[in-house]
Amino acid sequence: MTWENSAITITTLLPLVGALVIALVPKGQDRLIRGLGVAVTGVALVLAAAIAVGFDYAAPGLQYVLDVRWIDAIDARYHVGIDGISMPLYVLTFLLSFLCAIYTWRYLPSPGRPKAFVALMLLLETGMAGTFVAFDLILFFVFWELVLVPMYFLIGIWGSDNREYAAIKFFLFTLFGSIFMLLGFLAMYFRSEPHTFDILELQAFAQAGGFSRGFQVVVFGAVALGLAVKVPMWPLHTWLPDAHTEAPTIGSVLLAGIMLKMGTYGFVRIALPLLPDAASAYAPWIGLLAAIAIVYAALACLAQRDLKRLIAFSSVGHMGFVMLGIATMTEIGIQAAIFGMVAHGVITGMLFFCVGSIYDRYHTRQIAEIGGGMLQKMPKLGSTFAYVAIASLGLPGLAGFWGEVMALLASFRPNETLGLDPGLFRVFMVMGGIGTILTAGYFLWMLQRVNMGVLPDRWREAPLADTLAIEWVSWTPLLALILVLGLYPRLVFGMTDEPVAALMSLFGG
Amino acid sequence: MPQPVDLHAIAPEAILGVTILVVLVVDAFLPARRRWLAMPLSMLGVLAALVATLTLLGQEREAFGGHLVVDRFAVTFKLFFLGVAIVVLALSLRYVREGRFYQGEYYFLLLTSFLGCLLMPSARDLLMLFIALELVSAPGFLMAAFRKGDVRSNEGGLKFFLIGVLSAAVMLYGMSLLYGLTGGRTGLAEIAGALRDLDPDHLLLADAAILFVVVGLAFKVSAFPFQFWAPDTYEGAPVPVAAFLAVASKAAGFAGLLQLMFVAFVDRHEFWVPIFAFLSIGTMTIGNLVALKQRQAVRLLAYSGIAQAGYMLLPFALVTDDPGSNQVAFSAAVAYIVIYGVMNLGAFAVVTAVARRSPQLLIEDFAGLGRVAPMLAVGMTLFMVSLAGAPPAGGFWAKVLIFRAAIERGGELGVWLAVAMLLNSVVSIYYYLLIPRQMLFREPERDEPLRTPAGVGAVVALATVAVLAIFVLPNPFARLAELAVLAGPSLGG
Repeated sequence: MTWENSAITITTLLPLVGALVIALVPKGQDRLIRGLGVAVTGVALVLAAAIAVGFDYAAPGLQYVLDVRWIDAIDARYHVGIDGISMPLYVLTFLLSFLCAIYTWRYLPSPGRPKAFVALMLLLETGMAGTFVAFDLILFFVFWELVLVPMYFLIGIWGSDNREYAAIKFFLFTLFGSIFMLLGFLAMYFRSEPHTFDILELQAFAQAGGFSRGFQVVVFGAVALGLAVKVPMWPLHTWLPDAHTEAPTIGSVLLAGIMLKMGTYGFVRIALPLLPDAASAYAPWIGLLAAIAIVYAALACLAQRDLKRLIAFSSVGHMGFVMLGIATMTEIGIQAAIFGMVAHGVITGMLFFCVGSIYDRYHTRQIAEIGGGMLQKMPKLGSTFAYVAIASLGLPGLAGFWGEVMALLASFRPNETLGLDPGLFRVFMVMGGIGTILTAGYFLWMLQRVNMGVLPDRWREAPLADTLAIEWVSWTPLLALILVLGLYPRLVFGMTDEPVAALMSLFGG
Repeated sequence: MPQPVDLHAIAPEAILGVTILVVLVVDAFLPARRRWLAMPLSMLGVLAALVATLTLLGQEREAFGGHLVVDRFAVTFKLFFLGVAIVVLALSLRYVREGRFYQGEYYFLLLTSFLGCLLMPSARDLLMLFIALELVSAPGFLMAAFRKGDVRSNEGGLKFFLIGVLSAAVMLYGMSLLYGLTGGRTGLAEIAGALRDLDPDHLLLADAAILFVVVGLAFKVSAFPFQFWAPDTYEGAPVPVAAFLAVASKAAGFAGLLQLMFVAFVDRHEFWVPIFAFLSIGTMTIGNLVALKQRQAVRLLAYSGIAQAGYMLLPFALVTDDPGSNQVAFSAAVAYIVIYGVMNLGAFAVVTAVARRSPQLLIEDFAGLGRVAPMLAVGMTLFMVSLAGAPPAGGFWAKVLIFRAAIERGGELGVWLAVAMLLNSVVSIYYYLLIPRQMLFREPERDEPLRTPAGVGAVVALATVAVLAIFVLPNPFARLAELAVLAGPSLGG
């Protein structure tokens, strides 16, 4: 075993081992448990960073590959590796988990129980990270499903009032989608010669024309259904506002920051390269749903009274831009999508941190009850919130800008060689543009109602502490990243250039 | 001329048989407060039988003129049944002692049932099969009614008895028709041959006979529309007996069904495959839908068991003329039955522990178990997730193996069956999470700690590890199921 072939395995499974260790720690050791959480996620982040530093961004193909036998009965292999598409999401997973662990040092929602909380969080981390490095469909599916159970409990135990409903809704929606995905995977397995679940081998098989068009259309429908629930694409999004609103802060951050990306990542990694003909056939429909999602989410945001629900709906819109980028089937579009995933992970994760802290002060998420004037009472928290909200609405120079503007740009000129109709996509572009305007509108209106204005009397004497040191520690990396990604987008594009070009070459582009 | 009997081949059954008699006799001579010693005595016998079975690994033997066969299929199932016996005994000790039951009789009946279980996978003859099946069931009637003070137990036992006798009669009628049709043959392989060469005029009668036999066994495995006795019987029975009925008795029914359908009746698959498709879809759907409304833990598990039986019936609907294809379906069914046994026993162990505190066993009685007994709660959550077939649990692979068989081998019908099973799996998640929800999301009503008997705790821990281990490394398990082939005639063709 060398670092080269074991790095991914060690890094991905480290949180799982940490969860098992924490399960063995006696119950009363509160500080020790939270400290272990920080330590384990911290070490995992360092390892992930080491992988990112040691990665050769000019070389094509996978690196840090480990491919060994796993389950002979169904020819499933333990095949992990990483490329430029996985890399930003993989690192982001560890970064956000680490910051969440730090945040947990101080904030643990009722009913406490740090041991279970931290253990589940670590389990979640392994599931999410594994999804981005699995190159075997069964392994991918296992990691994909591994995320479900911990998130269900995070929402169901530590959520707010309506948590049980939200938790079971989340579970059922996601499971419903993913079993169809599994059915699609099995179908690809049996159609391939020789039978395989290996993503790269299937890709080569598909490239050689192994899957007929009719077969692809059916299988793409099944796989896309599973991925679309996770993204979530309109009209399968209804679990998301509930889950986000009821989840504890950490749950929302990880849900928005990483879990949603598993769906869009699945499109880029599996649905497009393995089922290319069907992808072109479905692209206009995906584009349409994405455009509807953008406008619908923006309108829904305008109607929200609950701060957290508002942010949740804004996620639906932002993921709509990501899906629109993918639907154009162009290099720019997919680059935009990956950038959009990272940017949304950083920004919306941060927004949920802010909302969590606001709730922690006010003990309400109702915009009307907060009543404005946060900048007067808590200038630091207020300005942080304003900064992140403005980044989210896509201000140039901050991270939110590139993904959206490039997605719109790409839909001006979709991939015509694949038969996509530019006229249609320009309609989507206009819808996206309207969505951008509405997005700016609802975010600014939200800031106006929360940040601006005069502080209501009842908060005047309330002991509302401004941003705490521990919050600064867990937020600063994200706040900095929002600016850095905005000013220097090559940080992500430098990673994705090569693999996205390789992906597009599969489409003869 | 009497034939010499291969004693090695029947050693496990012989050991268990002797143990049964010893337990019954010893009980009569023990003072009342020592009667619990019947349990260690029984355990000893089961362990000895287990050792005897292990010496049979990889061997092929037969006794009684080929009516009793030892092959890999038989050994696999015998090991499984003996494992179940150990677990049920461990669960019984406290429960039976504290419940003031007649302990000697209880263990006598339980072991007798398990003797039937051991005979079942070896029986390659209609008569033998029938005797084994009745040996499993008859003590079960009594055990189901063992909580004499409780009306529901009486009702459950009586229901079980009436249904059991009725199904036995129907099955026996079918067997008698077969006996006549095939010219007095009873061996399964001989019947297969006779059915192949049957006069076409008699096919209708043969199909009717098969239908009768299938209906009789469908009662045993609680398949729709013959499932209604199971929830009442399980609920009324002592919890360890319910565990026995849900796992061992059902698996015995399936062991018989596997041999009959894949060996004796395989040539008539065109007739009975649609029947099994109907049984499978109906059973899983009814089981899952009714389970959604349950408020009592054992009833919930009973309906869950019905739904699970539907999944186990699915591979039967994949049988074709191709022996290789049948082998895949056969292995998938065996693997599912064994994994189902592991996770279901774990769940019943937790229920047994909770029954000491809350005999009513309402789902609300599990509230706050995560606080009071974290190990039980974690284990139960895992078993429920596993029964639902989601990672990270062994039940996931069990389902994948069946999906695989259905999609690969089942043609169009297989795909539809797989879709039905998928949709059912999603529905089932809702009720499988009812108990974990109570355990983890709710505060305990009383904060008193739950004292878990050592045996029950050990079973839960063991099952937890097993369910996780099967998930992480399913290889040996899948191989085990593949190896569990029937000796002698190939499957079909």
